[in-house]
Amino acid sequence: MSEKGDNRIRLGDLIRNRIDEDTFEGKYNASIRRRVLFILSLIIISIALFFVSVGLGAVNISLKDTLKVFGQLILPDTIKVFCYLFLPSLMEMPSVHAADILLASRMPRVVLVIFTGFSLGVAGMIMQGLLRNPLVSPFTLGVSTAASFGAAMSIVFGSSIFGNLMYTVVTIGTVKFDIGDMITVLFAFVFAMLSIIIILMLTKGKNTSRSMVILSGVVISYLFQAGVMASKYISDDEQLREITLWIMGSMAGATWGIILILLPIVVICSILLFKVSMDVNALSAGDDVASNLGVNVSSLRKKSLVISTLMTSACLAFTGVIGFIGLMAPHICRMIIGNDSRYLMPAAGFMGVVILLISDLFCRLIIRPGELPVGIVMYVIGGIFFIWMISNRKWSQRI
Amino acid sequence: MNSETGNDQKTNMKLELSGIRQGYGSKIIVEDINMSVESGEVVTILGPNGSGKSTLIKTMCNIMEPKAGTITIDDVNISDIDKKEFAKIVGYVPQHTIYFGQSSVYDSVLLGRKPYTDWSYSREDINIAAEAMIRMNIDDLYDRPVSELSGGQVQRVSLARALAQNPRFYIFDEPTSALDLRNQLDTLKVMRRIIKENGASMVMAMHDLNLALRYSDKVLALKDGQVYGFGAAEAIITEEMIKDVYGVDSQIMDSPKGKFIYAFDDDAAKVL
Repeated sequence: MSEKGDNRIRLGDLIRNRIDEDTFEGKYNASIRRRVLFILSLIIISIALFFVSVGLGAVNISLKDTLKVFGQLILPDTIKVFCYLFLPSLMEMPSVHAADILLASRMPRVVLVIFTGFSLGVAGMIMQGLLRNPLVSPFTLGVSTAASFGAAMSIVFGSSIFGNLMYTVVTIGTVKFDIGDMITVLFAFVFAMLSIIIILMLTKGKNTSRSMVILSGVVISYLFQAGVMASKYISDDEQLREITLWIMGSMAGATWGIILILLPIVVICSILLFKVSMDVNALSAGDDVASNLGVNVSSLRKKSLVISTLMTSACLAFTGVIGFIGLMAPHICRMIIGNDSRYLMPAAGFMGVVILLISDLFCRLIIRPGELPVGIVMYVIGGIFFIWMISNRKWSQRI
Repeated sequence: MNSETGNDQKTNMKLELSGIRQGYGSKIIVEDINMSVESGEVVTILGPNGSGKSTLIKTMCNIMEPKAGTITIDDVNISDIDKKEFAKIVGYVPQHTIYFGQSSVYDSVLLGRKPYTDWSYSREDINIAAEAMIRMNIDDLYDRPVSELSGGQVQRVSLARALAQNPRFYIFDEPTSALDLRNQLDTLKVMRRIIKENGASMVMAMHDLNLALRYSDKVLALKDGQVYGFGAAEAIITEEMIKDVYGVDSQIMDSPKGKFIYAFDDDAAKVL
């Protein structure tokens, strides 16, 4: 055999068209190129939507002004000085007002949308693969409802359990961290985990059918909804409003403090899940075959379910219930690039970002200057998608 | 294939089961199983439905841990072998595989290369998988989703995955159950050739006694979860064994092309 380096498939070769499609190797590489290009185009659409999204809203800020504010923020000083000297018109700052809206309110909101869309897309895809069930997602498993119950609990009982800690704000640099926010994440995670543990217990037997898993999720959702209703009933007016908004799912509460709590969680969980994507691939041929291929199936399933639950429940703790993204995003991507988790995972993540960014934008523009909670829109789009999915012959055969 | 694509195929290897007891919960399925497989051998496990063939096969593949007894490969207990190393030694194909989602044939066959890679497939992996597809005659289906294929095609996808895995022991649960006559013969012929060329071994559970007689070196006959007989195929597959194990009368006849088994049932003949 020649040197090891020759054995690798280079991404550059894949993209620069050096593929001989007459050989099987070439055919395979062509399919990989399709997958990579699909992911790249989703990333580009996400970036474009990001700029549109921070610009549009109750007050519109032009793309030029948006880019200027980012330039000021990101570019190194040497380039700034260069611009001051030679392109002074570029450095005329837009109104302080615009910069304020962008940095203090729009940016954290849009970043929260991105984190949430990505987490839900990835978690939905991983959960479907782990449980070998196309109808599974954080929403259909009851994880979302359980997380919102946890959040409601912390809103209602937080101050009586933790006292003033709920209202403590820690300032690191210029960013404020709300201890109450962190407690809410913790509560959301604990109850989301509880729902996953109940699902795993209910479906432990080998002959569990796919509909059994979904039914368990529905039942768990009902149970936690009862809990949410109870906490609504005993809450005061302010808490009631907070809980109600929460359940509708909205991005309006985003702050930099929240983003900085979510950043490490989303990044670390995504990397951990990305690393097991090859093992998830092996599961597509069944537990026994995966085990024969060297995968420790039960440990993979438990660990990855915990990680994906952590990632989604952390995001949902701040946004409220956002349904169906974890179902839609992976499916659309599966139809286009197939089942290889190594490519499907980033694709589903960015597809989730694209869907949620568009929905959020729609919610902010439809009744300007007010806004609709994005959760409502997701219920409608997701519901229609779900009906289409189970009535589509090609898909229903596999369900 | 060279040593980097799999194991060194020339050395002799021995899989040995001694005193295996296996079951689910308190229910015992097989008891006191002793058998061995050496390089270059094809061993067929025979027995009626529910006699424990599949259970025994899963136990051999370390998917189920035996309740008693030991399974060793070259005197090393298989539970002591690293899972990934074990995957390079033993390749398993269940009776039915239901592939989840939109896995293409190529992706599904490439899974066989998983034990040899951490995260991405090398050029060599891709070519080995292509060769396996060609050998199993599914190369024209390479980009089709497995979920759209027929039962026989899916079975050949699974067998191709095991070929790509390039193990020393191929352990198959009814590998030809969904195949048509042409593909049954082709598949067993290809497998037998690979085993003889590479010095690998194959253990398969089977129902077709004629195929078992023609393609296996040794036969393990199970009756009520126990070994009825283990030895050379022609010595085990007898009219007496078929009567004892399956409760069916039969006649083993000579033809110019070899022996064949004619099974009959007097009661059924009356109905006809």
